Amino acid sequence: MQSVKEFFGTFMLSELIKGMRLTGKHLFDAKYTLEYPEEKAPQSPRFRGLHALRRYPNGEERCIACKLCEAVCPALAITIESEPRDDGTRRTTRYDIDLFKCIYCGFCEESCPVDSIVETRIHEYHFEQRGEQIMHKQDLLAVGERYEAQLAEDRAADAPYR
Amino acid sequence: MDAMIELAWTVTKIVALVIPLFIAVAYMTYAERKIISAMQLRRGPNRVGWHGLLQPIADALKLLMKEVVLPQNANRALFVIAPMLSIMPALAAWAVLPLSEGLVIADINAGLLYVLAMTSMGVYGIILAGWASNSKYALLGAMRAGAQVVSYEIAMGFALVGVLMSAGSLNLGEIVQAQQGPIWNWFWLPLLPLFVVYWISGVAETNRLPFDVAEGESEIVAGFHVEYSGMAFAIFFLAEYANMILISGLAAIMFLGGWYSPFHGLPLLGPAFEWVPGIVWFVLKTCLFLFLFIWFRATFPRYRYDQIMRLGWKVLIPVTVVWLIVLSVMILTGFGPWF
Repeated sequence: MQSVKEFFGTFMLSELIKGMRLTGKHLFDAKYTLEYPEEKAPQSPRFRGLHALRRYPNGEERCIACKLCEAVCPALAITIESEPRDDGTRRTTRYDIDLFKCIYCGFCEESCPVDSIVETRIHEYHFEQRGEQIMHKQDLLAVGERYEAQLAEDRAADAPYR
Repeated sequence: MDAMIELAWTVTKIVALVIPLFIAVAYMTYAERKIISAMQLRRGPNRVGWHGLLQPIADALKLLMKEVVLPQNANRALFVIAPMLSIMPALAAWAVLPLSEGLVIADINAGLLYVLAMTSMGVYGIILAGWASNSKYALLGAMRAGAQVVSYEIAMGFALVGVLMSAGSLNLGEIVQAQQGPIWNWFWLPLLPLFVVYWISGVAETNRLPFDVAEGESEIVAGFHVEYSGMAFAIFFLAEYANMILISGLAAIMFLGGWYSPFHGLPLLGPAFEWVPGIVWFVLKTCLFLFLFIWFRATFPRYRYDQIMRLGWKVLIPVTVVWLIVLSVMILTGFGPWF
């Protein structure tokens, strides 16, 4: 009896109409689209974007060339060379990140004992020439100087959870 | 001289029909994208022009500028002819569609037969495209499309037999005139099962979702038109949408009283809508069906191939046959306001 009822029920197309009612209802719902260049989604303080090298407030660069980031980098994107400076401290002479290799995992930032290499919130950047994707030490330091206020704020916001 | 004027007049009429049709096709793609995105809680194209209204023009320009790639092992002649073969019947069938009372290019007495012939021709374009491309996916898509269109043609033809039985004519204008009267006088009510069958087969005939196995992006890339690019692809696109509009227009003519207003002949509302030209009602009814096409696409998942065949042969055809018998009885007994 049930199967006979179902057989004739299918001719009423009730399932189809149910489905169409659902999509029809959504036609008038509020839309989720973000008009991207004008509107932007909120970012977490932990956002992992373009890299930067930070300095201490007195202007001294933080990086001590321990090469932990180079060692931990799963994509082998970081290349570091170092020498003792005139005052006897060890500093990098070369600090390159290949942004094509980088997978933005944030391990370098995690491994850094002096919070020197960090990832900023910047995710909108591009390169126009081959070779530009390799960020050198001065480029990274420049990014760090430019966004230091935001960087410090984000580290402070995340500090309680580390 | 008279023949020349006659020819010029005919060409003018054709151009006057085809240009608005192309514009309608262009904006059909826009409407489709907008409506589907709204149903998926997106906004759809809104960058080119006000609310994205120039998007179809940008798309057309892009396709025009693109290269038409001729695959090395393709059958060149057939490869080039196939898109034409698919668009020509889609446009030619419009010749007999009465847009309003007497507003028709060719008022031939076997119009319905002509329309059926033309819509069946469309499948040659698809099959040839799939064959000439010399590609597995294209061939699979063409085979699926061929089998599907041929099977659904039968159900569709049967559904239309019901229409011509009720109207007693094959001329589309006379079919509309037979439905003269308010909304319940139209054929959709006495022919409701045939109407549903016609509509389902119409969707299958145009290879639209949920019957789009011929294209089936997720299985066979794009089906019969994988190898086409640029303008040749655009022509297939145009043909598909022109066919959708044609099927919608036919549905409006045969089941929803063509150019008649839904209040035609009613005591108070009838005269109140007397000033609206018939073509407006026809276009509105066509748009209703076009919206259904889009709504289906946003709602239903694609049918499995054997299910399509089962639906066509084992469900739709028996339903139409049964209803044709019921209809004959209704006509013989002069049932309701229709016969």
